Amino acid sequence: MPSRPMIGYSHVSKNFGALKAVDDVSLDIAEGEFLAIVGGSGSGKTTLLRLANRLIEADGGTITVEGEDVQTVDPVALRRRIGYVFQSGGLFPHLSVADNIGITPRLLGAPAADITARVDELLELVQLDRRAHRDRLPEALSGGQRQRVGVARALAARPRIVLMDEPFGALDPLTRDALGEDFRELHRKLGLTTVMITHDMTEAILLADRIAVMRGGQLLAQGTPAELSTSGDAYVLELLRTPRRQVERLNALLPQSGAA
Amino acid sequence: MSLFADPRWGEALSHLPDYLGNHVRVSLAALALGLAISLPLAILTRNRPAPRAVLLALASIVQTVPGLALLALFYPLLLLAASVTLAWFGISFSAFGFLPAMLALALYSMLPVLRNGITGLNGIDPALIEAAKGVGMTARQSLIMVELPLALPVMMAGIRTAAVWVIGTATLSTPIGQTSLGNYIFAGLQTQNWVFVLFGCFASALLALAVDQLLGLIESGLRQRSRLPAALGGIGIAALVLATLVPTMGRSSQSYVVGAKTFAEQYVLSALLRDRLQAAGLSATARSGLGSSVIFEALKAGDIDLYVDYSGTLWANQLHRTDIKPRAELLAELKTALAKDHITLLGELGFENAYALVMPKKRAEALGIRSIADLAAHAPTLSIAGDYEFFSRPEWAALQKSYGLSFRAQRQMQPDFMYAAVASGEVDVIAGYTSDGLIAKYDLLVLDDPRHAIPPYDAILLLAPKRAGDERLKTALLPLLGKVDIATMREANLRAAGNDANSSPDAVAKWLWEKVGKR
Repeated sequence: MPSRPMIGYSHVSKNFGALKAVDDVSLDIAEGEFLAIVGGSGSGKTTLLRLANRLIEADGGTITVEGEDVQTVDPVALRRRIGYVFQSGGLFPHLSVADNIGITPRLLGAPAADITARVDELLELVQLDRRAHRDRLPEALSGGQRQRVGVARALAARPRIVLMDEPFGALDPLTRDALGEDFRELHRKLGLTTVMITHDMTEAILLADRIAVMRGGQLLAQGTPAELSTSGDAYVLELLRTPRRQVERLNALLPQSGAA
Repeated sequence: MSLFADPRWGEALSHLPDYLGNHVRVSLAALALGLAISLPLAILTRNRPAPRAVLLALASIVQTVPGLALLALFYPLLLLAASVTLAWFGISFSAFGFLPAMLALALYSMLPVLRNGITGLNGIDPALIEAAKGVGMTARQSLIMVELPLALPVMMAGIRTAAVWVIGTATLSTPIGQTSLGNYIFAGLQTQNWVFVLFGCFASALLALAVDQLLGLIESGLRQRSRLPAALGGIGIAALVLATLVPTMGRSSQSYVVGAKTFAEQYVLSALLRDRLQAAGLSATARSGLGSSVIFEALKAGDIDLYVDYSGTLWANQLHRTDIKPRAELLAELKTALAKDHITLLGELGFENAYALVMPKKRAEALGIRSIADLAAHAPTLSIAGDYEFFSRPEWAALQKSYGLSFRAQRQMQPDFMYAAVASGEVDVIAGYTSDGLIAKYDLLVLDDPRHAIPPYDAILLLAPKRAGDERLKTALLPLLGKVDIATMREANLRAAGNDANSSPDAVAKWLWEKVGKR
């Protein structure tokens, strides 16, 4: 095989009682790829993401991470080598910014001095002022700052894979745009493989290389935005039409930039 | 005269290091044990609804048992346990004082700690537990690094409640032999020394309040994640514990412990005995307010060294005898029986504190009553009152049998109120105590018992097995034997029932010694 996927789902399913949350999904994510999984609530996108680091265990099919079947890997060790950015941060409220960021290296037994240096490096990377933010508690941060800390925490143990669960969903549009761009840049610079969940097709198109569309537990389509536009599925086409319509209406309503 | 000019405040203050130190010691130990049991249980059952419900129900049931009953229950339980370990392993332990008090209070502290522990752990945002898992924590790491710290403020609130409960309830550990601030209250109630009662209430309330405030400081520090208040609270608690414990540390355990039951005469006599020992150059302390059944077992086990009991009481309660013998015979037989337990019956003090039927002298004269036999004819039209145990005691059965007594009505009363009740005509006859000072005060008549239905109740001095060969002790006590006649004891008891500076057990004991010492 020329290139083995960083994450591979093969005929994966997961049921919650009678509900088929994930229904026979096969999906490969290549090294260095930025994949967005798009779908409404209850589409199974979050379940699919969590199956990758075994926050949820699959009922059927095979999942591989860096070529290894996840069932053969200790889940705790697996999670420590995969970065995870939680919805609205998921920061521990009783720990300072520095302690939140350094948590995974600490769990891995890194020396304190190394952790300190790494935290400073990461604060710089996510563009937070070291002196101003290091010792603060999460409650003293804005939503955008919290999510930057969340990203820094996910990157702390130098993972090759980052999973993101609607990371920018709760932010105001300006912050959201800036953060998305910054993360896209980090993804490129660090050579990460990123899987991001979002319900927002615009965000997916702007940030991701490839998009997977989920509905009712099934994978409806996958491909680049251009490939998706040739999809025969009505729901996928409807999802793509929305951002386009918005752009057209925005163009009509807003004066062109530069026009006084 | 100012309320605080009363010298009894000073006397109360002089006991404070001892009472407060012991109070804090037993509360602290109980709380530590309670936490050591409750917190792991809260952690273990946090995700298991069924055992959690059972546990909380059990803790709630414990909470509904009155504190006094719970404490009293642990004494016989431990006594039983001690006899079992002695039989099986050849080791025994003291079922008296510290241990039963600590265990009962620990049990009492469990409900708030459990409930808040479980609430705190269950109240954590599930997203944070998910996040803990997501960053690579094991279940144990998640518990220690995330769940426990987040539940801590709620847990601390539970610990705070438990601490206040334990400190309050510890005042009830006096009757099972644990010295506490309750000693003021029990002694004050029995000897009508309201200064002591007030002092005890204030001291325990202040202690509870101080601990509550300091723990509250720690709690709010934890809640606001600010170290300063938490540290100040911690330092405050540590300082409080040290300040109360240090004065009583390193105290010689070689000193003689004089026991006393829960009524005024006993407080006076224990003070008298203690003073005599101290006058003979022996170190001695009084342990007062002990329950009637606790005190004998405590002597047998050597937890106290000496006390005054009454021949008839031991005859019925320890020898389980219902027959009645002439006093000399009864005493001789009692002495032999006690010797089997290696307890020394050193001798009689000289007076009797027996149950007796008592009525106002004038009323008795009007009705032509001089003895219980005379009373029997009038009984169906009269009412009788007795203390809480009298009507279930063998004496009452014997009286009924010997004289065919049958009253119109019978009531139970607090002993202190009985005399006033009979003097005022609220009841016609009471089962009083022959040595009670109120008999003279209210001009009451002790009815003769020509058929000897009531056994003799000579006040006798008992020594613990380990003091059987202690000649210095015996020499110090001999001057008291046979010297305290009934009239003197009544007067002493009457003094003790007063509510002034001369009515404290210590003051009355001094007066008593001045009266009998020269004899």
